[in-house]
Amino acid sequence: MRGKIGLLFALILAWTVGLVSASAASPPVTLLNVSYDPTRELYQDYNAAFVKYWKAKTGQTVTIKQSHGGSGSQARSVIDGLEADVVTLALAYDIDAIAEKAKLIPAQWQKRLPDNSAPYTSTIVFLVRKGNPKKIKDWDDLIKPGISVITPNPKTSGGARWNYLAAWGFALKKYGNNQQKAEEFVTKLFKNVPVLDSGARGSTNTFVQRGIGDVLLAWENEAFLAINELGKDKFEIIVPSISILAEPPVTVVDKVVDKRGTRKVAEEYLKYLYSEEGQEIAARNYYRPRLKSVAQKYKSQFPEVKLFTIDEVFGGWQKAQAIHFNDGGIFDKIYR
Amino acid sequence: MRKSKNILPGFGPSLGYTVTYISLVLLIPLAMVFLKTFTMSWESFWKTVTDPRVLASYRLSFTASFAGAALNGIFGLLLAWVLVRYRFPGQKIIDALLDLPFAMPTAVAGISLTTLYSANGWFGQHLERIGIKVAYTPLGIVVALTFIGLPFVVRTIQPVLQDLDKEYEEAAASLGASRWQTFSRVIFPALVPSWLTGFTLAFARALGEYGSVVFISGNMPMRTEIAPLLIRTKLEQFDYTGATAIALVMMIISFILLLIINLLQSWNRRRLAQP
Repeated sequence: MRGKIGLLFALILAWTVGLVSASAASPPVTLLNVSYDPTRELYQDYNAAFVKYWKAKTGQTVTIKQSHGGSGSQARSVIDGLEADVVTLALAYDIDAIAEKAKLIPAQWQKRLPDNSAPYTSTIVFLVRKGNPKKIKDWDDLIKPGISVITPNPKTSGGARWNYLAAWGFALKKYGNNQQKAEEFVTKLFKNVPVLDSGARGSTNTFVQRGIGDVLLAWENEAFLAINELGKDKFEIIVPSISILAEPPVTVVDKVVDKRGTRKVAEEYLKYLYSEEGQEIAARNYYRPRLKSVAQKYKSQFPEVKLFTIDEVFGGWQKAQAIHFNDGGIFDKIYR
Repeated sequence: MRKSKNILPGFGPSLGYTVTYISLVLLIPLAMVFLKTFTMSWESFWKTVTDPRVLASYRLSFTASFAGAALNGIFGLLLAWVLVRYRFPGQKIIDALLDLPFAMPTAVAGISLTTLYSANGWFGQHLERIGIKVAYTPLGIVVALTFIGLPFVVRTIQPVLQDLDKEYEEAAASLGASRWQTFSRVIFPALVPSWLTGFTLAFARALGEYGSVVFISGNMPMRTEIAPLLIRTKLEQFDYTGATAIALVMMIISFILLLIINLLQSWNRRRLAQP
């Protein structure tokens, strides 16, 4: 018995000494990046690059942990106390909620980094079956009778909200900013939706594995992934005449980094996303880069498409959410 | 009043332990649902829980759960009977397989059921031909809920059946009872309490099920949205109180239903106890 306690004591001592001596050299640091589902591959690549960069720059070892899930539920975890040093989510609305509900970041967080704090962008495109048997070319084609459209439920999926808003924006442009017409257009579109999965990956499954639907509305990066993993002989990407500029934003969580003393490395982690290397990694993972030089290099990968932003057409996420997606909003009316 | 002495020692500690444990594990979490809901005004509470979409989801959740539990009530009884009364090759394996719906992540169950029952799945394509759609309809939800509730009825009936002496049946037969009479007058009454327990568990489990259902239901508003999905929808808008309001109503209805079933059980026990 005494021997055991002695051993335990020795172990604790050894462990403490080990910790102290390690911290004396250069304290290793960990970061938690709370992100959403489709960025898994992107941040795996990026973390490896950043670890190397940070080590070379400061000599410090940084370990980055990642957490992925639906954008909304990830935001709720942070609000409920998950200690994220940085959040990289699908929509500004979810980060706004962290600022508003938990006061972990200032309300003006989106002004802190360039380009609305979105280092990479994406857009909404169509994935159709090989040969495009239904001849789907643009948003108009989606409301034709007999076309079956697959999209997740905007009430539960951030990605689906981009889909909905992209269609709305197209209709506004087409009908000269007539909101009434836009509502009719989107209503018709959703009448063509047979299944509303709760998340983007669920919809991809429905379209790809179950063979349901003629067209899948998807993030461009997800569409690329689907094609690369499932074969170019089965599906093709159709880029509509106009679409929405999806800006997945990033930010440091101030209260957490100040408490943990990780502000410097966390801020650099996000800034480095805008660097040449960070932008390359984003482009390789099918996110549209912001940096001109990298965009030029990957020009052939991303077809040109007219893009509008949510601020231009909808006056920002808060407004869009309130008018379209909250209970009693326009989306609910479609199913009344 | 005279302090009555219990024959069994340790009443105080065991009551204390029970109350503490129940409070920590059950009562306090449930109380949080109430507290959170009470932060909202009566009007907004009423508006939330009587919204046509929410009402439709309650109807669907309760009827589909009931149907799933009822199906398990019938086929679970059969399964338990077969497993206890007969010996056949592979029996042990089937017995072990029965618990899998508990162990499997529900999302996996949902995805595989959807694969089987959707229009081009193994079952779905044949059912479609005779005009039955399963995936993305309320029927699909029943299928998923039947799957996840399967072990309850079997597992509650099995031990009772095992303990039921063959002599009762032999006695009944020698007294001239027909096979049906033996079953309905001798065996079934003995099984009713555990059968009801199994049914209740399967029903309660189905009410709260989310993971497997969202894949097969298609989540169409007013048609195939279950109540837990609407709770998730509220959370997605960071409307915590709205979510707990829906949950609270579900809790209350479930509690009343479970209470009724429990009363039924004790009524049945008293009835049987009489000579």
